[in-house]
Amino acid sequence: MSDDPIVQMTGIRKDFTGVRALDGVDFTLRPGEIHAVMGENGAGKSTLIKVLTGVHTPDAGEIRLDGRPVRFHSPGAAQAAGISTVYQEVNLTDNLSVAENLFAGREPRLGPFINFRAMRRKAKALLDDIGIELNVAAPLSSYSIAMQQLVAISRAVDIEAKVLILDEPTSSLDRDEVNVLLGVMRRLAAKGTAMVFISHFLDQVYDIADRMTVLRNGQLVGEWTTAELPESELIGHMLGREAATLEQIERTAAAHHAAEEEPLMEVTGLGRRGSIAPYDLRVRRGEVVGLAGLLGSGRTETVRLIAGADRADSGKLRFDGKAVNGHNPRTASARGIAFCPENRKTEGLVGDLSVAENMILAMQASRGWARSIPVARRDKLVAEFIEKLDIRPGDPDMPVKNLSGGNQQKVLLARWMLIEPKLLILDEPTRGIDVGAKADIQRLVAELSSDGMAVLFVSAELDEVTRLSDRIAVLRDRELVAVLESEADMTTERIVDTIVSGGREA
Amino acid sequence: MNTYAKRLMWPVIILVALIVVNIAATGIDFIIPTVNDGRLGGAFVNILRRSAPLLLIALGMTLVIATKGIDLSVGAVYAIGAAIACQMIIEAPDQTALGLVFGAVALALVVTAVIGAWNGVMVAYFGVQPIVATLILMIAGRGIAQLITGGQIPKVQDASPFTELGRGSFLAVPLPIWIAALMLIAIALLTRKTALGMLLESVGGNPEASRLAGIRSKGITVLVYLVCSLCAGLAGLIGAANLGSADANNGGLWIELDAILAVVIGGTALLGGRFFLLGTAIGVMIIGTLDDTIINVGLSSQWQFTAKAIVVFVVALLQSPEFRGWILKPFKRQPDAPAPEPAPAEEVLAK
Amino acid sequence: MSTHQLTERPSRSTLFDGLTRYIPISATVALLIALYLGGVANYPNFDNPQVVAKLFIDNAPLLVIAVGMTFVILSGGIDLSVGSVMAFSTMACAWLTVEAGIAAPVALVLVLAFGTAWGLLIGAVIHYFDVQPFIATLVGLFLFRGLTLQISDTDVSMREIEFFQWGMTHVDFGNVRDGGFWLPYLSFVAFAVVIIAFVVLHYTRFGRGVYAVGGSEQSALLMGLPVARTKIGVYAVSGFCAALAGILAAFATKSANPLANVGAELDAIAAVVIGGTLLTGGAGFVLGTVAGVMVWGMLNTLIAFQGNLSSWWARIVMGILLLAFILLQRVLARSGEKRRT
Repeated sequence: MSDDPIVQMTGIRKDFTGVRALDGVDFTLRPGEIHAVMGENGAGKSTLIKVLTGVHTPDAGEIRLDGRPVRFHSPGAAQAAGISTVYQEVNLTDNLSVAENLFAGREPRLGPFINFRAMRRKAKALLDDIGIELNVAAPLSSYSIAMQQLVAISRAVDIEAKVLILDEPTSSLDRDEVNVLLGVMRRLAAKGTAMVFISHFLDQVYDIADRMTVLRNGQLVGEWTTAELPESELIGHMLGREAATLEQIERTAAAHHAAEEEPLMEVTGLGRRGSIAPYDLRVRRGEVVGLAGLLGSGRTETVRLIAGADRADSGKLRFDGKAVNGHNPRTASARGIAFCPENRKTEGLVGDLSVAENMILAMQASRGWARSIPVARRDKLVAEFIEKLDIRPGDPDMPVKNLSGGNQQKVLLARWMLIEPKLLILDEPTRGIDVGAKADIQRLVAELSSDGMAVLFVSAELDEVTRLSDRIAVLRDRELVAVLESEADMTTERIVDTIVSGGREA
Repeated sequence: MNTYAKRLMWPVIILVALIVVNIAATGIDFIIPTVNDGRLGGAFVNILRRSAPLLLIALGMTLVIATKGIDLSVGAVYAIGAAIACQMIIEAPDQTALGLVFGAVALALVVTAVIGAWNGVMVAYFGVQPIVATLILMIAGRGIAQLITGGQIPKVQDASPFTELGRGSFLAVPLPIWIAALMLIAIALLTRKTALGMLLESVGGNPEASRLAGIRSKGITVLVYLVCSLCAGLAGLIGAANLGSADANNGGLWIELDAILAVVIGGTALLGGRFFLLGTAIGVMIIGTLDDTIINVGLSSQWQFTAKAIVVFVVALLQSPEFRGWILKPFKRQPDAPAPEPAPAEEVLAK
Repeated sequence: MSTHQLTERPSRSTLFDGLTRYIPISATVALLIALYLGGVANYPNFDNPQVVAKLFIDNAPLLVIAVGMTFVILSGGIDLSVGSVMAFSTMACAWLTVEAGIAAPVALVLVLAFGTAWGLLIGAVIHYFDVQPFIATLVGLFLFRGLTLQISDTDVSMREIEFFQWGMTHVDFGNVRDGGFWLPYLSFVAFAVVIIAFVVLHYTRFGRGVYAVGGSEQSALLMGLPVARTKIGVYAVSGFCAALAGILAAFATKSANPLANVGAELDAIAAVVIGGTLLTGGAGFVLGTVAGVMVWGMLNTLIAFQGNLSSWWARIVMGILLLAFILLQRVLARSGEKRRT
């Protein structure tokens, strides 16, 4: 291994409309090494990769490739310079054949015409070399997503890249397929290809990576060799401790549920293939249940089944004493299950509509279009919630897209509080919002549960989970591995231990 | 100034400018209504009267476009509506019977409503893209209209009360203007006094968020295609009544394109979301006035198409953020300071 | 180092896959044969080879614009301007030769160059300004109809121009009176267009790029394919084809009608879809388009033989076929989605 870095990024800064996604991040990649970039959602991994691959241009900082400063303005330019990328989503065209996907844009030709025979031969040889055997003339769509991903990787490998970036390439692969991929990576590393590896499967990272760079909230936490960073320390670095001092939330409500009371919600064996393994979970009235786990551990998938956003393919759900069948968001809301999804912009709010309209959307949906909420009542409710949640600016007619993230989250919360649900599901309600709004939302969750509402709370921040929750469900690798119940277990250390051990030890 | 007024500002300015050009070319008579035989007349009133069918269709189209859809079949539905009513009337022994006329109008409206519901079902339940689903009737619809009329152009007697629908007047105001204005008010009430308008904008603005909020979007989608088709049928009746005949080949030809244009001029984006009925009405008046303006400034009527092409081109480019960015590049200032509050970040950060 | 070898068989056998891929086109061909046999059984002289030959005479211009439309639809776009561009080209031929007195071959080259340039322009607007193809090409629909009417609002005859006799020059196959048939030169031009389109779509990088862009523009971009060139290219092809179709129409009728070909874009779209091309792009064949155009021609021929039926029946049947094909494609697409998850 040579010591001259092939890629050297220094002081990279990238802003998106007032948000600093990357703040002075350094990153060094050496030839022949496999370098993992680690961090939670929003830590800046994707942005860093996209700066390197020319999708984004940095606002400050320098990128050097082979010692020369470079600036890529498109993915094509980065590819031409020898930086090749495989994304989490298979970025191939599945209407074309395997061989065509491998060689699209650089097909072997005879004069102006594509030489299909040579292309198929080369494709076969390439896949042989990687260690997979497919009918290269068959359309890509006739293979599983996992196999398509391996084809994408083969394509990237064949482009003779100096730098190969693998952004969550393993999320759809099974164990055998992962082994093939890791084998390919080792061979490439031996040939001197530098690789950036992003994965939320820690065992894979520890299996293959030589070095790790950890990011959190757009900032560099540090760079370590894999050997010198134990798993529990890594998780600590990724999840971090809340820097800002948030006031201690008074949690008194939890004490007074009688344990024998029938739970509000009881889930047995609920699951969905390829998304979350069957799990059991109970939530009582007035209780806050936190869901903790790393990115990709199945946190979101767990709550989406309960909310009816995705259809479960196994298991039973009992809610409020009744068995629930044929669950969808509309029937869920009618039963009193409210769901604030993870992605406010694409799944939560309607950006063009006003604050008031976004607030009353769920209530109106439950009444049907013909029975409009009377204007006076609507104005009163909206004004009440704007004040109660301290939404700023407090103009009910402003398009919600013009609000800051924290205030948008409050609008979404208000939407569901208006229908007075029995169970409120919050998926990462405090991600990407300012500290003030974060404290407001945490206080609100505590308040609601004191009033008897059950809350399911997903968060990537362990401090937040431990501060708010009465019980904590811990997830790892798309499986619910443990439910921490006792007061003594409600610590971030205990959660990290559970994630590392997979809940297997006593 | 609120957003609604801001959206309407440009269409209104264009309309006023067109009117001013016409007044300059032909005198103040252009805008002043005259009264002949107890009926309102004059150039501008005639423009409104002639634009009534287009307004009806454009109103329905506005709702469809608000849901991120489009309805290409309205021109064909126009022809079908006209054909049904005229054919039923000419086949009757007494074309002047009032009951017959009502029956013919009712039948035409029911059939066009069913066609609209079919379009809606294709889109909402079969998951066919709106442009594809409505293309079928755009292609076949005129054939169906021909089938109804037997390939002839049915001519309704001038004495039949049916022609009043296009030529008559009530309180001195031509009936087509009444019908179109009433429909504008009815649709405005339907969408703004109930929650339909808001739910439409929600479904068009963000379908996934709407689903998770528990909105029944399928029923709403079918309803708007039904309303749109019904409006097209009604427009066909007015057009046929005005001419006293139903021309299956040329009745309402390209009216779907004019309607889409009017909606876009009126400030409703083709990508769905917020819709502006009043903006659409102004858009229709702009298109209607444009046709007269071309004649009044001394250009031949062949310029109408060319002028329309230019309008579509300009509107399409102005609605394109890429184009605005490109054309405004030299004038753009650097942003002074980062926004004081952190703006939503997850979109750019999420994978 | 692990030398694990992974094998996966396609989820469908190649044979089965071939079948699903070819279901729409097979249905079209079967329909075509059924229509032909139905005609032979019911009408005397329908089995005359000239009946089939006539399909390629009357529909040569439609075939050419449908081929151009196939490129556009395969890439995921749509071109509404072809009918107007075609009428404009015919009119431009007439005006350039009759009024301006330019030599006919020069006029043809000018018209073809103009059609291609228009396609390049509108393709650039669609790609760089992200204007919806539907709206951008609507401009062409209005503009060229308007320009055509401005050149002349009545028919212009090109009978005086010697050169326009060339297109209808007969080529005899066998004895025309006795089991043979004839085709004019312009049909061979249309055949040439089909063959070139087939070769380009299936055997060149540009052609495969059209499929890739239609399959997923985002992926094509990330794979480093020249998406801009491909997207602009398909509209240039369509513009060229529309201009060429206008020239063929000039050859066929030797006159230019300002209101000719209204709605030709719809006929072309219908032919392409009935020929098995997915309206959402990425899948289809140019030979399917030929079959689609032949179905359209065959329907019209049957109606002509029947004598007492109007031509609008062809439109209605096309609409029904279109509906059937769109629903069939939905079903195939849904079963595809199911299979993959």
